[in-house]
Amino acid sequence: MNIKSILTGAVVALGVAGAAFAQDKPKIGFVYVGPIGDGGWTYHHNEGRLAVEEHFGDAVETTFIESVPEGADAERVLTQMALSGHDLIFTTSFGYMDPTINVAAKFPNVKFEHATGYKTADNVSIYSARFYEGRAVTGLLAGHMTKANKIGYIASFPIPEVIRGINASFIHAKKANPDVEMSVVWVYTWFDPAKEGDATQALLDQGVDVILAHTDSTAPLTILEAAGGYGFGQAADMEQFAPAPRVSSIIDNWAPYYIERTQAILDGNWTSVSTWNGIASGMVEIGEISDAVPAAAKAEAEALRDAIISGEYHPFTGPLNKQDGSVWLADGEVADDGTLAGMGFYVEGISGNVPN
Amino acid sequence: MLRLEKRPSPSKMWTALTPILAVILTMIAGGVLFWILGKDPVEAIRTIFWDPLFHEDFAAYSRPQLLVKAGPLILIAVGLSLGFRAGIWNIGAEGQYIIGAICGAAVGLAFYPSESFLIFPAMVIAGALGGWAWAMIPGILRTRFNTNEILVSLLLVYVAEQLLASMSLGLLRNPEGRGFPGSRNFRDFPAAHNGEIFANTGMHWGVVAAFIAVIFVYILLSRHILGFQIRVAGQSPKAARFAGVNPNRLILFCLGTSGALAGLAGLFEVSGPAGQISIDFNSGYGFTAIIVAFLGRLNPIGILLAGLLMALTYIGGELAQLMLGLPSAAIQAFQGMLLFFLLAVDVLSNYRIKFSRSEGA
Repeated sequence: MNIKSILTGAVVALGVAGAAFAQDKPKIGFVYVGPIGDGGWTYHHNEGRLAVEEHFGDAVETTFIESVPEGADAERVLTQMALSGHDLIFTTSFGYMDPTINVAAKFPNVKFEHATGYKTADNVSIYSARFYEGRAVTGLLAGHMTKANKIGYIASFPIPEVIRGINASFIHAKKANPDVEMSVVWVYTWFDPAKEGDATQALLDQGVDVILAHTDSTAPLTILEAAGGYGFGQAADMEQFAPAPRVSSIIDNWAPYYIERTQAILDGNWTSVSTWNGIASGMVEIGEISDAVPAAAKAEAEALRDAIISGEYHPFTGPLNKQDGSVWLADGEVADDGTLAGMGFYVEGISGNVPN
Repeated sequence: MLRLEKRPSPSKMWTALTPILAVILTMIAGGVLFWILGKDPVEAIRTIFWDPLFHEDFAAYSRPQLLVKAGPLILIAVGLSLGFRAGIWNIGAEGQYIIGAICGAAVGLAFYPSESFLIFPAMVIAGALGGWAWAMIPGILRTRFNTNEILVSLLLVYVAEQLLASMSLGLLRNPEGRGFPGSRNFRDFPAAHNGEIFANTGMHWGVVAAFIAVIFVYILLSRHILGFQIRVAGQSPKAARFAGVNPNRLILFCLGTSGALAGLAGLFEVSGPAGQISIDFNSGYGFTAIIVAFLGRLNPIGILLAGLLMALTYIGGELAQLMLGLPSAAIQAFQGMLLFFLLAVDVLSNYRIKFSRSEGA
């Protein structure tokens, strides 16, 4: 260790100490992968931040940095946040996982919350939502709404989160309509209206008439509005496209969680936890099912939602086979969280391969 | 009445002064932008340009980060400047950067978890070769079939991005990564890790390479016959032919060198600050370097300063978001203004402004 590093270490330590002294008003930071105006994923995390401000008023201060690339830039942004006296930092994209863990190790007094990852530490919690529960409901609706028996899925990155959504959608589309086929397009982005629009067009050209998306912009619905066909709001309600093309939506509601965790900081009893909540807790919401959906299908979708909330039905219940025909879940068997967390395979009936 | 009169040759004084003038104009126009957004313009400009260097809480961290962010920009821009001077337009440094990172990382990961000290040098060579080879595609297509190197090099960026996605999901995926995309992290592989040479200085091998590249290109341009040929080819292709310059050789040299340097930048980034191959590993360094090259007047020393300035606006821009709640789009607009004003005031080095009475007045 040379003099320079000792000095720098001392300065860092001073910064941390400064943060500790400024305890009177906790500072809560948010790091976003997209712009807050994306209308989807980041928009709803920011709504959660605004809810924290509203709930606590002047008792806390919140800050955010938007459109932060995943990787080296994220690590710098996180360090600057920690140095500027933040007490709790939410990192809201999967790709922030390693940067979050690295920075958290350097600032043991700052608490971190990473969305959708799997690495924890004493000062790093993880949280995510069981979006697949919502996907089951929208999948069922997609199966009912397609006239061509072809539905499309715009997938972002081949991670378990996204693959779970594809499987849950397909299984329930098939329940509504045994003849249904599904095409998956991978766009390798969470937010890129141009790419999402291209993918939508490509699916329409293949004869698809209902599209589900795991990307965050409203581009697919914009194209569907002009071309005809149905889609769903993703991450946000996107009610401006109702009653058609948007027939329903999956809404991420992070506000209660953000308020609860901020409260823990105020009370001084924050601990590292792993949270994976679904529709029942309100973290995942199903947007209003529009009048474009026939009454019987709407009732069926609402019944499915209610059964998931009450816990009497799990979206991954056997008999289910993997894509290659081998048995995954026997009749009545329910998938365990461990398998779901690392899901890397399609269920039987989906064509194409998980990219690898 | 204002009139522009072309100078016989670009003014030396203005060539040196225009970047500074452009920065000042950007500060003024940016200040107005921030003021319209309801922020204190002086505080915003101070947060962007001053705080990363001198703020008591941040400077100790952000000063070294300046080097980390500027290193790849300088390394790539210095290479690009050679071609740009000779009228050879490599727009695809982003692709060469990606391929350099993939090749270098692949060599390193192939030997995981060996502790041999030869691994890192082998990765450096592979990274440079990867970038070089990727740049040779537009090079050979240009010299053999007279295709346009601007289009070919640019389109190859998208091919490289697809390769990157495929590598993160397949061949180079971390076998212990629970099925998530992305390679092993080089932090956990000391023999292949491009860590800081001195702790907390931000100085990693990529920054060292950038400084070396600046010196070499400076010497090449001022002292070497090849540098003379590059300058002549840019100023007058016809004269260059009479002077015995082989245009094909020059194209391959310029594209190859800029490709190799971009590849090196990719390798140093993936094995150091970024830490791993991932689907969105590239964050636009190859394109930003084009701005840096021009901001630095295609001069190696200028590029060194321009790279540091650009890095400062990135880091200061983040601080401004954090401290003042400025939207990131305003920061990007601010960076765009920098290039805009630079190109706009360029007119001063090529033209003389004359005040004259308009006739009949």
